Amino acid sequence: MTGMKIEKISGKGVYVAGNDIDTDRIIPARFLKCVTFDELGPALFYDERFDTDDNSKHHVLDKSEHRGAQVLISDANFGCGSSREHAPQAIQKFGFKAVIAESFAEIFHGNCTTLGIPCVMMEKADRELIAEIIASDADTDMIVDIEGLKVICGNHVFNVKMKDSAREAFLAASYDPLDTLLVARSAVEETAKRLGYA
Amino acid sequence: MGKNLYQKVWDDHVVGQLESGQYQLFIALHLIHEVTSPQAFGMLKDKGLGVAYPKRTFATVDHIIPTTDQSRPLGDDMAEKMIQVLSDATQEAGIEFFAPRSGSQGIVHVVGPELGLTQPGMTICCGDSHTSTHGAFGCIALGIGTSQVRDVLASQTLAMDPLKVRRIRVEGTLSTGVTAKDVTLHIIRMLGVNGGVGYAYEYAGSAIENMSMEERMTVCNMSIEGGARCGYINPDQTTFDFLKGKERTPQGAEFDSAVERWKSYASDADASYDDEVVIQAAEIKPTVTWGITPAQSISIEELTPDPEAVEGLDKDLINDALSYMKFSANEPIKGTKIDVAFIGSCTNGRLSDFEAVAKLIEGKHVAANVKAIAVPGSEKVDVAARALGLHKTFEAAGFEWRLPGCSMCLAMNPDKLVGDEICASSSNRNFVGRQGSPTGRTLLMSPMMVAAAAIEGQVADAREVFGLE
Ligand code: SF4
Repeated sequence: MTGMKIEKISGKGVYVAGNDIDTDRIIPARFLKCVTFDELGPALFYDERFDTDDNSKHHVLDKSEHRGAQVLISDANFGCGSSREHAPQAIQKFGFKAVIAESFAEIFHGNCTTLGIPCVMMEKADRELIAEIIASDADTDMIVDIEGLKVICGNHVFNVKMKDSAREAFLAASYDPLDTLLVARSAVEETAKRLGYA
Repeated sequence: MGKNLYQKVWDDHVVGQLESGQYQLFIALHLIHEVTSPQAFGMLKDKGLGVAYPKRTFATVDHIIPTTDQSRPLGDDMAEKMIQVLSDATQEAGIEFFAPRSGSQGIVHVVGPELGLTQPGMTICCGDSHTSTHGAFGCIALGIGTSQVRDVLASQTLAMDPLKVRRIRVEGTLSTGVTAKDVTLHIIRMLGVNGGVGYAYEYAGSAIENMSMEERMTVCNMSIEGGARCGYINPDQTTFDFLKGKERTPQGAEFDSAVERWKSYASDADASYDDEVVIQAAEIKPTVTWGITPAQSISIEELTPDPEAVEGLDKDLINDALSYMKFSANEPIKGTKIDVAFIGSCTNGRLSDFEAVAKLIEGKHVAANVKAIAVPGSEKVDVAARALGLHKTFEAAGFEWRLPGCSMCLAMNPDKLVGDEICASSSNRNFVGRQGSPTGRTLLMSPMMVAAAAIEGQVADAREVFGLE
């Protein structure tokens, strides 16, 4: 399924502060016991959101004003740790369509891209300003403009960065590479033969 | 200008460039396990696709398997279902499955090398970040997500951007009591958890060249914890000697010609690198993590860091970590009481790890309040260790000798920390909640240091506990 072009994402934002937020925190290992990804949304950040008796810890994601947010904002090295695609899957199934952070761990970034979740890099001061804006009005509309490399939040416009290949893939609707990988069947066969793997 | 191994293996396996600008890379060896791969078969089915090269994929189970009772059906229904789904899917696709009790089951990164499936010059993928382990043989070994597992199953290829290469030279001789684990923890401490983003790490230098294959695997295993996409070591005689006679390596004359080909992948003497770091082996000490990332480590002789001594982001990171760990600043790590000791995982669950520890713990006993477990990384490791009687030594010292699996490296099987227990662990991740309790605490260290901590009941200097000179 080569998906739809992804040029802009708009919606409310929510800021989950923290550097080095690893995939174990995004989705604790016990939720990896599944044979499809369908049920992962509610498990997002579970141990940050709930105590061991499943009582809410009133995490920012569970504040009523943030319900339905589509843009997740965090800090440096977001998604580090394991390669589990369960992490971006949970983010997507929870309802997020884009992630903004200082930087992203590589495998996580690749997984997000394949799933059609743009990972956008933004300076700390700008993220802090957005956090303030959202804190004073959670309903502030945000637009993540993949084409223009900008994020609009209320009256503010921020310049952001993206990995070129990912950005191009969103604009060309080629972020899920499977179809293109299947095109070169005969070249793949030749490579396999040449290397003795056939 | 010559080429480094990364460039050679990459050039050899590139099928072509994709419209997106990425490259299509042929994958020589694909390993799958029950946690990240069953979903990929579902994705293929949805698209009406089959598996293109089933003979280039091998499956096993490791994460969810219990280490006490592996009789089927497993006590945990969901775990049983995951194995069943993988077993059915691989059977249908014609993929070989190293099932429990097949004699070849184990942690995927232990199994590939010990069977000789992992060979120099290969591109290797697995839906698991510690795939970097296989780089020890001179491979580009990449952890991938489930959608990419799907891509590899369907096409035997991946869409990839090329990486930069940083050579990390560890020069000189390691001091007594300093192991490959300490080397890798030291590197991560120096370069940071995201120092390697965008890079493949080439580990070189005399200290690396002098390591056994199992030690090299320990180093490459944790490349990912330093943010590198993969890590590798140039293949040499040590590599070839290890592979000779393995179940799945070429035999006889074919082996000799394979060695010639394998040699050609090693980095040329005049290869260029995007970056280089030199580390003096003599400076590396037994290292222990005090925080919640593998870079938050200190030598056994040091104190926990002082957040007041640094500014900005670092201050926050240190404060967060100390508060999670319930440690104070400027405290010696030595003497920290532990509750659990774990020797195992794809980092340190190989035969040589247990051999090294067995020698030291003979005649000693685990402290009264410590639960100590030793978990072989594979059925083959278990059999070999038993043949040497190592399990007896461990048991006599008060360790439980378990069945093979990932065990307490992560919390997907019954082996878990309880409450805020502290675990001295030979695994690779000390993340918040990693070992199964949301408040559990992990101190990463070498197997020898875990053994020392188990015996003393507190973090200790293995050199003192075992009288190493
Ligand atoms: S031992 Fe730990 S790191 Fe290695 S594959 Fe298993 S869970 Fe992953």
